[in-house]
Amino acid sequence: MAEEQEGHAEIAPEEGEEQHPLPAATILPAGFAVGVAILLVGTVFSWPVFGIGVGIAVVFGFLWARELVRGGRPVRAVEAVPAEAEEEEAEEPARYGRDKFLELTTLGLGALIGGVVTVPVVGFAIAPSFIGQGDEDIDLGPMSNFPEGTFVVATFLSQKGEGQVSRRTAFVRNNGIANGVPSFTILSNRCTHLGCPIQPNGPTQEAQQIQTSAGNVTLIPSQPAGFGCPCHAGAYDTEGNRTAGPPVRALDRYQYKIVNGSLVLSDRYSVGKVVGEGASAKIESYTRYDSGQHVDGPDEWMYPISPRGV
Amino acid sequence: MATRTSRKSARRRQLEQMLLTPVDWLEERSGLVGGVRGFLFRHVPADISWPQTLGSATLTAFIVQAVTGVILAMYYKPDPNSAYDSILHITNDVTWGWLVRGMHRWGASVFIILLFLHMGRVFLFGSYKYPRELTWLVGVLMLVLGMLEGFTGYLLPWDQTSYWATVVGININGSGPFVGPFLSNVLRGGAEIGSDTLARWYSIHMLILPGALIGLIGLHLYLVVRLGVSSPPWSKKAAGRERPEVETRRRGLVEPRRRGDGGEDGGA
Repeated sequence: MAEEQEGHAEIAPEEGEEQHPLPAATILPAGFAVGVAILLVGTVFSWPVFGIGVGIAVVFGFLWARELVRGGRPVRAVEAVPAEAEEEEAEEPARYGRDKFLELTTLGLGALIGGVVTVPVVGFAIAPSFIGQGDEDIDLGPMSNFPEGTFVVATFLSQKGEGQVSRRTAFVRNNGIANGVPSFTILSNRCTHLGCPIQPNGPTQEAQQIQTSAGNVTLIPSQPAGFGCPCHAGAYDTEGNRTAGPPVRALDRYQYKIVNGSLVLSDRYSVGKVVGEGASAKIESYTRYDSGQHVDGPDEWMYPISPRGV
Repeated sequence: MATRTSRKSARRRQLEQMLLTPVDWLEERSGLVGGVRGFLFRHVPADISWPQTLGSATLTAFIVQAVTGVILAMYYKPDPNSAYDSILHITNDVTWGWLVRGMHRWGASVFIILLFLHMGRVFLFGSYKYPRELTWLVGVLMLVLGMLEGFTGYLLPWDQTSYWATVVGININGSGPFVGPFLSNVLRGGAEIGSDTLARWYSIHMLILPGALIGLIGLHLYLVVRLGVSSPPWSKKAAGRERPEVETRRRGLVEPRRRGDGGEDGGA
């Protein structure tokens, strides 16, 4: 094998370039690559851009493939094809229109069948991950269960049909009446580092079980000085701002509404940071992101779209 | 062996022919016997040793995982309400369930460890070099799939450890730039880990990944046989690149080829 290689290397320079002309320099592969790049950017930013990318990639890809099949541009073919190419052609058995038609039909039908099988299967496996992912409203019971100024650790099933795996915990603080309406601070207990459950750092009282339309809800009054995560020592203050450790943003919060005197949790959203306290806090809110994903600062550009925002 | 062949009596040869008739029948119609023989008795360099057995050891570990996994699937229930109970049932009630589950659980670690040892051997011996680059690439792909097997299998017992390890694992995926958030949604089958996640990971763990692995193992072995085993870096001769001489399979089957005919493999 080694000898063969050496022999090859010796022959190449002697025969020169004229006998084996290199394919003409062409921009078509570059155009194809640009199309693919635009297409990829489009998947993240917008569908029209995606469509433009697909168009560019298809056009250039087609032209490129056509050029490859023809073996270079027509001009070069006239220049450099002389005897050799004719001989090769002569060796190949003659092909007729029907033959080519059948070949194309076979390939086309194969592609069609492949697509008919693949598209629904892939759609079935992937699409449900992005569709119908809203949160159910959770009734946490009468507001009187939430004394003003202290946190209550509320544990509930976020989706009754899913069972215990949908168990979630929120830290609820009644901020009293602000501008004539009740104000609450409701923090999710999921660490924004990697999603472990955080704990209140402070004494807790006895648990209270109540029944609401959301099923069984456990309420544990608590006086935390802050919150801590046991996994990697992330720490938060009582507004959910990060005070130490690896978390990438403040704690997620729940939107809420008051229905017939009951506190009802609705959608969860992500928070960059909170300025101020309690009812007068200014919350930088974002669409809901998963733990570990930045919503502000220079790292934010890496997560341009939350799947929840689609 | 070869010297004894000539001394065989006519009766003994007749008996051998008779016993081998079914094998001949199979061979004539499929060529399988000769193929297996060619695979098992192919030429390898004379100076290879134990390090070159790590690949076969990894394959054996994979086969153990496949077999025990198939049996575990008979009792395991991929549903959030019964998954953990079915694991308890397998471990405590089913005959030898503790053994099969233990083999699968510890065998998973053995498989990953052997993968890395095998990879280390190939790296340190320079066996990834021309013409075996593709074998290496396929092997790296299998390493990734093997790790994914470990990741997806870890969730299935559905206890606190596996649940929170999976939460963290998916969020690590999710912190990857651009595609991370979408990847984690696909992994979970939604915004939250739930019953869909368990069934999805069960399917990935026992159907998609093993299927892909089996295909890649076939390709890997094909390349190993086609390209031959590389001789160690300290080897004096470029052994192992010669193709065995062509011979009829029938002859090779009935009368084993003489040792020493083919050159390099005599001393192995």
